[in-house]
Amino acid sequence: MSAMETVASPAISVQEQPGRNALSEPAMIRWLLTGVALLFLGFFLFLPLLAVFGQALEKGFSAYLAAIREPDCRAAIRLTLLVAAISVPLNLVFGVAAGWAVTKFRFPGKNLLVTLIDLPFSVSPIISGLIYVLVFGLQGWLGPWLYEHDIKIIFAVPGIILATIFVTFPFVARELIALMQAQGSDEEEAAMVLGANGFQIFWRVTFPNIRWGIIYGVILCNARAMGEFGAVSVVSGHIRGMTNTIPLHVEILYNEYNFAAAFAVASLLALLALATLAVKSLVEWKMRSPRPVRKPAQCAST
Amino acid sequence: MVSKRIFRIAAVLILIVSYAMPAFGGEVVTLLNVSYDPTRELYADFNKSFADYWQKKTGQKVEVRQSHGGSGKQARAVIDGLEADVVTLALAHDIDEIQARGLINPEWQKRLPHNSSPYTSTIIFLVRKGNPKQIRDWDDLVKSGITVVTPNPKTSGGARWNYLAAWAYALELPGGNEQSAREFVKKLYKNVPVLDSGARGSTTTFVLRGIGDVLLSWENEALLAVRELGPDKVEIVYPPASILAEPPVSLVDKVVEKHGTRVIGEAYLQYLYSSEGQRIAAKNYYRPIDETIAGSMTKFPEIKLFKVDEVFGSWQAAQKTHFADGGTFDQIYGK
Repeated sequence: MSAMETVASPAISVQEQPGRNALSEPAMIRWLLTGVALLFLGFFLFLPLLAVFGQALEKGFSAYLAAIREPDCRAAIRLTLLVAAISVPLNLVFGVAAGWAVTKFRFPGKNLLVTLIDLPFSVSPIISGLIYVLVFGLQGWLGPWLYEHDIKIIFAVPGIILATIFVTFPFVARELIALMQAQGSDEEEAAMVLGANGFQIFWRVTFPNIRWGIIYGVILCNARAMGEFGAVSVVSGHIRGMTNTIPLHVEILYNEYNFAAAFAVASLLALLALATLAVKSLVEWKMRSPRPVRKPAQCAST
Repeated sequence: MVSKRIFRIAAVLILIVSYAMPAFGGEVVTLLNVSYDPTRELYADFNKSFADYWQKKTGQKVEVRQSHGGSGKQARAVIDGLEADVVTLALAHDIDEIQARGLINPEWQKRLPHNSSPYTSTIIFLVRKGNPKQIRDWDDLVKSGITVVTPNPKTSGGARWNYLAAWAYALELPGGNEQSAREFVKKLYKNVPVLDSGARGSTTTFVLRGIGDVLLSWENEALLAVRELGPDKVEIVYPPASILAEPPVSLVDKVVEKHGTRVIGEAYLQYLYSSEGQRIAAKNYYRPIDETIAGSMTKFPEIKLFKVDEVFGSWQAAQKTHFADGGTFDQIYGK
């Protein structure tokens, strides 16, 4: 396609001289397409978002605050923060390790590993939850042993964290693999030739290059970790005030005909999404802006 | 510079984690009651009352935690290791399933009065305001053009009562037999567009999403929906006959032994039979078994109630014929 364009372009540019913009559509079509896209966004994204906040504040701001301060809700917020605080750093480590391994080394089974990293994206969340029930459930492989030793995995916080780690695993790794593959390993090789050890190479050469990629991955990972419903629902056991995360708490409130409160709590998740978007745009902007060139000096000093 | 930033991030993380850690309070006993969908409000009331009663009686603080969902799904969770001290489910079979895995004493149903069912209920119809489709009795449900909302009998206890109520109605018709009942129920499920996994899901499907002409519902669930969502939207229709639903309760023996909560768990279940417990049940639209309290309440109309044991022999038999894999429900709904 692009090859054809480059071949054809000299001939066309002569013909289209007066119109100036050979690759553009007529103004009407452009407006129409943009309008359709905006309308679509408005109906499917903006309106529901407004509805969430509208419903949340339906009974006034004090009812909104009361819904968020209610003990079960506070417990849900605490649990969600705890789950994110544990699963995101772990996935950061896994993600960097996976990215490093896949892009800097050659080893048999590498393609399989890359495919496996994508697995959580392609598997339905209910399966992601059920695998843990099958492994750690009382009727599962490890369940009876865990029960005897009084170790709770599923229907408790560890299970929720495991399921969250599983579904959020690809976010950091995928981001980094693409980025590190694009960058190649020339700089690392140069550092090695100059006598840097493994840790120095990572810390002084690789890390500064992938820093924004890491942050980008972490933001997405965090948003999903806090918002995950399906897998967590399977392993949670739905014990109020103990194993309900924010999304599960929203469902409970909704099922209890407590709509204002349900939407109030849902608006927390919506706010999280908006904050995520804002930080994400900032990071994208940072990633695009040129990096200061000071690497040669740093490398020499090591 | 980088290490300073990492230090700062770590400090923030530690703050978050320490906030997330549950506060350690005084000696509070916790019980977990794993229950089915429509009992949310009942046990929210009852747990408060029990905590007061127990503290007055023994000085011990107790906190009862709740988990709700479709009855079958909840039983499954207990089987998979959800450590419920007590289960309060929609039907005996779900507790039998837990018992079959060795978690509950085989004699569980004889441990408490009235087959371990401290309250009863029945299945009735919820229709749109003004009953536009003129639904009065079970045979109105199989007419063409009527859409019926009921949950999935595979996961919901209430749905199994719905199914058995329809079956019992067809059997009791003049000339009714197994074959005609089967045809009747088959026709009924032809009119069902969605099967939710639990009773509460069906209620929200019917009332909030506006799907269907009639919801087959627990009596308590329907009364609660009318109270919560407004009598201007939906109304209740009592069919002339329905089924007597007896939702049972039990201790989970293996769990209370592990937690050391047998005594308090027993007291909790006994309290359901006390006059206070019965009053709370009635207030939440469950039919109390205590005649004196049932008599003082007028909101439960007398209708003919079939008993599972009389129509189907027993729950075990009904379960095996109708809801087991490849049973009558699968045959009817699959084709």
